[in-house]
Amino acid sequence: MVEPVIVINNLKFSIGDLLILEDVSMSVEPGDFLAVLGPNGGGKSTLLKLMIGLLKPDSGDIRILGRLPGEAGGRIGYLPQHTHVSTSFPITVLDAVRMGTVKPGLGGIAGLNRTSDEKAKARKALERVNLLDHQNRSLAGLSGGQMQRVFIARALVDEPELLLLDEPTASVDSTSRASLLKLLIELNEDMTVVMVSHDISSLASGVKSVACVNRGLHFHKAPEITGDMFQMSYGGDGADNCCPVELITHGHVPHRVLGLHHEEDEDKS
Amino acid sequence: MMDILSFEFMQNALIAGLLASLICGIIGSLVVVNRIAFISGGIAHASYGGVGLAFFLGLPVLPVTTAFTVCAALIMALVTLRVRERSDTVIGVMWAAGMALGIILLDFTPGYNVDLMSYLFGSILAVPRSDLWLMGGLACLVFVLVIAFYRGFLVMSFDEEFARSRGVPVDFLYCLLITMVGLCVVMIIRVVGLILVIALLTIPPFMAERCTRSLSRMMILSTLLSAFFTVAGLWLSYAVDITSGAAIIAVASVCFFLSLLLPDKKRG
Repeated sequence: MVEPVIVINNLKFSIGDLLILEDVSMSVEPGDFLAVLGPNGGGKSTLLKLMIGLLKPDSGDIRILGRLPGEAGGRIGYLPQHTHVSTSFPITVLDAVRMGTVKPGLGGIAGLNRTSDEKAKARKALERVNLLDHQNRSLAGLSGGQMQRVFIARALVDEPELLLLDEPTASVDSTSRASLLKLLIELNEDMTVVMVSHDISSLASGVKSVACVNRGLHFHKAPEITGDMFQMSYGGDGADNCCPVELITHGHVPHRVLGLHHEEDEDKS
Repeated sequence: MMDILSFEFMQNALIAGLLASLICGIIGSLVVVNRIAFISGGIAHASYGGVGLAFFLGLPVLPVTTAFTVCAALIMALVTLRVRERSDTVIGVMWAAGMALGIILLDFTPGYNVDLMSYLFGSILAVPRSDLWLMGGLACLVFVLVIAFYRGFLVMSFDEEFARSRGVPVDFLYCLLITMVGLCVVMIIRVVGLILVIALLTIPPFMAERCTRSLSRMMILSTLLSAFFTVAGLWLSYAVDITSGAAIIAVASVCFFLSLLLPDKKRG
């Protein structure tokens, strides 16, 4: 039995009086490709930030690669939501990727910005995402999909064991989306991938398990919407344990996953 | 041009302007890429409280204003880090409160006859030698700090959340940056006055950002642009006898609008 990459037990998190997550428990095996789905505001990104240590839980326990969040350092590659970065920032593609090698603490931020070793690593990461030809271009000149690849390269540059991605396919067109997903599947051969998405079409291929987050969390070992999930969505108090079924209908291939449960779907939507 | 340099006040003005340009280029670039122009404006205006305090207590203006401004800047930085969603309101309040405090303290100062305009619009032609030493010291300090933590500032400015995920001490860097903005603001107030600080802090970096591909080059280019605006503005104010601070900003603004007509080299 291999040690799980992510273990979460009875996690609770709130902002002020507002409860964001409660009773969240899950365990992710090495080599998994986990899609974390849920409605906007359901707590998906919050869960990811808790794993990285950007937020501190009220109670409960998180272990990432056997350590506390924030201590697994260079073994995690993180892709924040696209909107954080100013697209006019004066930087080349290669330099943006090199930022992924920054070390924690005061030692990591000291000094100027050059080592040839880092450049070689950055080029390798760019090659993996098929952007090596663009290494000296200005980041501002890239398309949304290319920019997202640059940020994936930045997450990859320190050779992580675990890749955490926050909405990697948001704000890119559908062609780039398909090729991004293909890239993530390739990367999954070497590392565990956790991808937060409100886009159910990301379930289409490659994803090995699914977690539905809406205050609570439902973990599924197979990439499909099961009867269970529908029960939790519609049975009992919907606000507590709800899967984002209304968002499924907006996805690219809604019928593939909705087919099995059309009765409930017709009843409620 | 040469004959005006024979006046000592003109030499002092030129040195003060060039020191301010160096700092504006470096800190202004960080202000622009971190999108903290508003908090910088708050710091600049709150610093007027320090001017009032200095006159009220009868102490030297520049050291007292510096200390007061850095304190105000740190409070704003902590507020921004703690209560992010309402930080703009708090900064807005401190912006006005600092100015009001300055004016009230000046009202209470017996025999007050300081020219208010010189702090609002700058008094670069009246910078004494002693202030130049202090400005030079502050300039060196800021320069050394930015070089020492350049990598951290780069990573934080580009993507704060990613920087945090890598364990970069973002809070420390942010407070350091805001403190340096405070120091920078005090120096630039001498040159163009607190009303116009934001223009000198943002116009050169904005122009530089459009045609560079790295933060360090953006800083160098902004410094050169600032120096050009300052020298050209000083010459203009001498040649046609207008207020020096306003002349510097006028030159910068005209160049800014002209630069908008040029195509953006980075895109396409």
